[in-house]
Amino acid sequence: MDILLSLQAEISLVAVLVIVLLADLIGKEPNHKRLQKTVYVLLALHIALNLRPFEAVAFGGMYHTTPMACTVKSLLTLGTLLVFMQASQWLEREDTRHKAGEFYVLTLSTLLGMYFMVSAGSFLLFYVGLELASIPMACLIAFDKYRHHSAEAGAKFILNSMFSSALMLYGLSFIYGTCGTAYFAELTPALTGTPLQVMALVLFFAGLGFKLSLVPFHMWTPDTYQGAPAAVSGYLSVISKGAAAFALISILHHVFAPMLQSWDLLVSIVLVASITVANLFAILQHDLKRFMAYSSISQAGYIMLAVLGETGQGTTSLVYYIAVYLMANLAVFGVIGLLEQQTGAAVERSTCNALYTTNPRLAFVMTIALFSLAGIPPFAGFFSKFFVFAAAFHTGHWAVVFLALVNTIISLYYYLLVVKAMYIMPSDAPVAAFRSPLPARVCLLVCLLSIMLMGVCSSVYQYIAAV
Amino acid sequence: MEPEVHVIHYLIIGIVMMACGIYGFFTRKNLLALLISVELMLNAVNINFAVFCRYLFPDALEGHFFSLFGIAIAAAETAVAIAIIINVYRNIGHVQTDDITDLKG
Repeated sequence: MDILLSLQAEISLVAVLVIVLLADLIGKEPNHKRLQKTVYVLLALHIALNLRPFEAVAFGGMYHTTPMACTVKSLLTLGTLLVFMQASQWLEREDTRHKAGEFYVLTLSTLLGMYFMVSAGSFLLFYVGLELASIPMACLIAFDKYRHHSAEAGAKFILNSMFSSALMLYGLSFIYGTCGTAYFAELTPALTGTPLQVMALVLFFAGLGFKLSLVPFHMWTPDTYQGAPAAVSGYLSVISKGAAAFALISILHHVFAPMLQSWDLLVSIVLVASITVANLFAILQHDLKRFMAYSSISQAGYIMLAVLGETGQGTTSLVYYIAVYLMANLAVFGVIGLLEQQTGAAVERSTCNALYTTNPRLAFVMTIALFSLAGIPPFAGFFSKFFVFAAAFHTGHWAVVFLALVNTIISLYYYLLVVKAMYIMPSDAPVAAFRSPLPARVCLLVCLLSIMLMGVCSSVYQYIAAV
Repeated sequence: MEPEVHVIHYLIIGIVMMACGIYGFFTRKNLLALLISVELMLNAVNINFAVFCRYLFPDALEGHFFSLFGIAIAAAETAVAIAIIINVYRNIGHVQTDDITDLKG
C-alpha cells in the first residue's frame, strides 16, 4: 500500500495512458473530437489529484521522490496539456487524424519516462526513465510520415540520442566500477574525485548535455526542431529540456556533491559557450523553428546558471525558470504552429511580415512571449533571469554572470527582429486573417496570462521556495 | 604457466570497442553503419558493467542487471531507429548521409 501511495503520480499517469489507448482502440470510426476531450479531462484530473507535494522512498531507495520533484512533475504535466491543446488543429488534418490517439499515447509515455527520471534514486532507474523519455520522442518527431523533413529529423534525433546515452552509460559504468553501487544515497560517500571518477563525470555530463542541447553537444537541435511538427518541437524544447535540467541539478548537487570543484568549472565553461554560440547563430536564422531552436540552446545555458548556485536557491530558481520558460516558449510555438497550419509551409521570419495588420492578437501574444524570453522587466522572463543570475552571483561566479548579462543584450536584438517583422516591415501579402480553434486560443490565453502575472505575483516564487 | 585474464584485459576490449564505435559514428556515411557503430558502443558498456560486477563486486548483482536493462533498451532503440531509417529509405530511395541534408541553416 505504501508503494502505491508513493508512486501515485506515476500510477495515475499510467491509468490515463491506458484509458486513452483503449478509448482510441475501441472507438469505431475515428472520432477525434471525443478522444481529444477525454484526454484533456483526464490530464486535468491527473494534475488536480497530484498537486500535493510529498516525499517518499520506494523499492529500497531505487525510487526517491522529493516535494520539489512533485512540483516539477505537475509543471511538466501542465505543459503537456498545453501542448495537446496547441496540437488540436494539426491533429485534425486529413493525414494525421487517424493517428491522433498514437500521438497522445506516445507523448504520455515520454512524460512517464520524465516522471521516473526526476524522481530516480538510482542510476539504473534514471537511465530507464531517460530512455523511456527519448525513444517515443523519436517516433513523435518522425510523426509526419509522408514528409521527408520529419523522417530526416527523426533519424538525426534517434542516432544522436543513442550516441549520447552510450557515452553517458560508459561514464556510469566507471562510477559503478569505482564505487560498487548505482544508488544515489550510497554513491555520495563513496565518491572521492579520483581521475577515473572525473572522467566518468565528464562522460555523464556530456550525455545529459546532449539531452539539454548545450554547446558543444547541440548540433542535432536545430535540424530536429525544424523538421519535427511544431507541437512536437515545442514539447521537445520545454518539457523534455525542463525534466533533463531538473534531473541534472539534483544529481550534480546531491550525488556528485563531493566533486563540486570538478563540475563547477565544467558547467561554467559549457554554459558560457552555449549562450554565446547560440546567440550568434540565432541572428542568422530565417526559419522560425530553427531560430527558436537556437534560442532554446541559449535558454538552456541560462538554466545552467542555476546549477552554479547553492542547492536551495539554485533549485528554486531553476524550477521557477523552467515554469516561466515553459509558458513563454509554448506561446511562441503555439503561434508558429497556427501560422504553419494556415500557410501550409515552413514559417520564415518574412512570413510574419505585417502580421499585426491582419492578426493583431496573435502578433500581440508572440510579442509578449518574445519580450519575456528576452527578459524585459514587467514580464516573468525578467524575474526568472534575475533569480538565476542572483543564484550564480551568490556563489561568486560574477564573471559568468557578467558574460550571461552581455548575452542578454545580444538576444534582445534577435528577438526584436521578429517583433519588427510583425509590426514594422511592410508586406504585399501578409498571412490572411484567420480564427484559431478554441483549444489553441485557450492555450495561448493561459500562456499570456502566466507570462504577465507570474513575475508580478511574488507568491509563485515563494511557493516554489517553500516546497 | 597459464596466462590469466584480469579485469584490465576486459576493460581494454571495452575501450577498443568504444573507440571503434565512436570512430565509426563519425566516419561512416550509411545510416545502418551508424547504427551498428552505436550498438558497438552500447555493447562496450555492457561488457564493462558485467566485468565490474563479476570481478570487483561478486556479492551484488547490480552490474549484471544494468547490462540486462542496457541490452533490452538498446534493442528497443534499434527497432525505432530502423523504422525511421526505413521511412527515410521510402522517401529518398537510399540511406546515405550525404543526401540527408535538407535541414541546414
